[in-house]
Amino acid sequence: MYRYDEFDHAFVSDRVEQFRDQVGRRLSGELAEDAFKPLRLMNGVYLQLHAYMLRVAIPYGTLNGRQMRMLAHIARKYDRGYGHFTTRQNIQYNWPKLNELPDALADLATVEMHALQTSGNCIRNVTADHFAGAAADEVADPRPYAEILRQWSSVHPEFSFLPRKFKIAVTGAERDRAAIQVHDIGLHLKKDDDGRIGFAVYVGGGQGRTPMIAKKIRDFLPEEDLLSYTTAIMRVYNLHGRRDNKYKARIKILVHETGAEELARQVEVEFAELKNTELKLPEKDIAAITAYFAPPELAPRAEGWASLAQWKKADAEFARWVQQNVQPHKHPDYGMVTISLKPIGGIPGDATDVQMEAVADIAEEYAFDEIRVSHEQNLILPHVALADLEPIYRGLVAAGLATANAGLITDIIACPGLDYCALANARSIPVAQELSLRFGAPERQAEIGELKIKISGCINACGHHHVGHIGLLGVEKKGEELYQITLGGSGDENTSIGEIIGRGFEPEKVTDAVEVIVDTYLRLRLDPSEIFLDAYRRIGPQPFKDALYGDKTAAAA
Amino acid sequence: MADKVLTANRLSDGISVWLDAAGTWNEQLQAAFVARHKEAVDALEATGKQALADNKVVDVNVVDVEEVDGVLRPLRMRERIRAEGPTIVYAAGYSGLTATAAPAA
Repeated sequence: MYRYDEFDHAFVSDRVEQFRDQVGRRLSGELAEDAFKPLRLMNGVYLQLHAYMLRVAIPYGTLNGRQMRMLAHIARKYDRGYGHFTTRQNIQYNWPKLNELPDALADLATVEMHALQTSGNCIRNVTADHFAGAAADEVADPRPYAEILRQWSSVHPEFSFLPRKFKIAVTGAERDRAAIQVHDIGLHLKKDDDGRIGFAVYVGGGQGRTPMIAKKIRDFLPEEDLLSYTTAIMRVYNLHGRRDNKYKARIKILVHETGAEELARQVEVEFAELKNTELKLPEKDIAAITAYFAPPELAPRAEGWASLAQWKKADAEFARWVQQNVQPHKHPDYGMVTISLKPIGGIPGDATDVQMEAVADIAEEYAFDEIRVSHEQNLILPHVALADLEPIYRGLVAAGLATANAGLITDIIACPGLDYCALANARSIPVAQELSLRFGAPERQAEIGELKIKISGCINACGHHHVGHIGLLGVEKKGEELYQITLGGSGDENTSIGEIIGRGFEPEKVTDAVEVIVDTYLRLRLDPSEIFLDAYRRIGPQPFKDALYGDKTAAAA
Repeated sequence: MADKVLTANRLSDGISVWLDAAGTWNEQLQAAFVARHKEAVDALEATGKQALADNKVVDVNVVDVEEVDGVLRPLRMRERIRAEGPTIVYAAGYSGLTATAAPAA
């Protein structure tokens, strides 16, 4: 993984000391809140319902054991012993004290971590496929390009005060695990007919109150043009993006109002000016960054096949976990392990300090010291020998981290919702917990198969409800919570925005409503291989409306 | 007019607080001074403005409450959760919050 050079170290340390000075001046009264707020936001510090919140960046979701231990230390020393992994592959702490935050950031800097650009109208943490560098279906590792974008976008003077925040995602495989089509810019790494590496470029996707699927404006952008072309997009957006209305300020609105074709033309005009400037990436620079992400040397471990078969035979729970949470690696003797942060009845994405340290221990001992955070709020060990799966599983069981539900109905994405978030209108976590308990029996989950439920506590859609196979949006109606259900959303290579199915449900009725939807699917699917999303796309919303509301009139009410 | 209390978040640690009858910022909603007429609400708003200017608290708001059997209850769920903390039931074996939560003030 990437290692800081002297410049990076000095830069992050300087920023910590700068923030320490700003906090000191705020606490002494020298700085008023209006002046301080943008400064704290630039350092990832929000004010939530109960306390401040610190959002720490985990670039493209990649970290090592030492960094994970530091996240545990921050949770223990500066918070209440836990953290919340987010859909942007970051981590949030819910209870830090303002006067201690400079120390927390100084501690993070010792392991090359920070909270810069985790807020504000700038280019945010660049996200990537959580199986990067390990997936069998990958054309190339997307992380070197995400790192190049990170370096280029860090405190970029031209792009630090954009009309609105800006999110970029990169995937290196045909199967999109990074949800690139609901990002401001989505980059799909591919090879052209001559075997050159480049990108299909998507622009103007996003969720929030106006969900939109990104438009492809370039079929193939050679890798050396990554920064010049991205700069061209940013310039068009910075110039023409709306600043008069916060809700219309994202690039998706510009793309929508301008038209993708015309926007692409404007980008090409800028790009022509920038193409052969200092922004052109030299081959040796790409190679140097790529070298940081070289995969570990994976020795043949063929003995794992026989051991695995024996272990699975001896322990049905282990077999279930392997079946659900271990994916094929590009090396046949290895696998990619998903550590579920979705215990049955638990809080999606939360991990305690002890759990974080357990993951660090396991990663260091068995997984080449590499950990990922997925945008689905789980942790990943990308390189694990099949021969080591059993001891890893035992370690995860001891830490309460061995829930065998990756990709199943209880692998729910949920934003913090009204339990923490100052923007929320309704709670998300308790809804996720109740659904998890309702569907938590292993046999039932297995019968239902792949089904992604995503829950947001407000229209900002941090819980990605628009792209949930079943999406739940919490709203406030007459002072009470109400949950609107959408069906048929998807955040993969066939991205779709879910359709609102009818009137919303009260908190005490929403779990029953989801069960009706699931039962309807089970009744109407062709066979168990037809997953919920495929069945919905085949049969449409009407059978679900009929099951939920009895007749069309009620659904429209 | 609904009864009203003055709430904010403490500058130094962000913890939710309510203005009590002694004019101090208290971590308990139940200790809050309740304004029941316009003049009292005006006084609350003026106090809030001053406290913000004095850099003691941030995000100062007057919120509606009702008193039921001597217990104050904010009308909006958002404010009830601010007063009572997250409503989350932690899963069995999850000791993160309970093990290290700050004792109630």
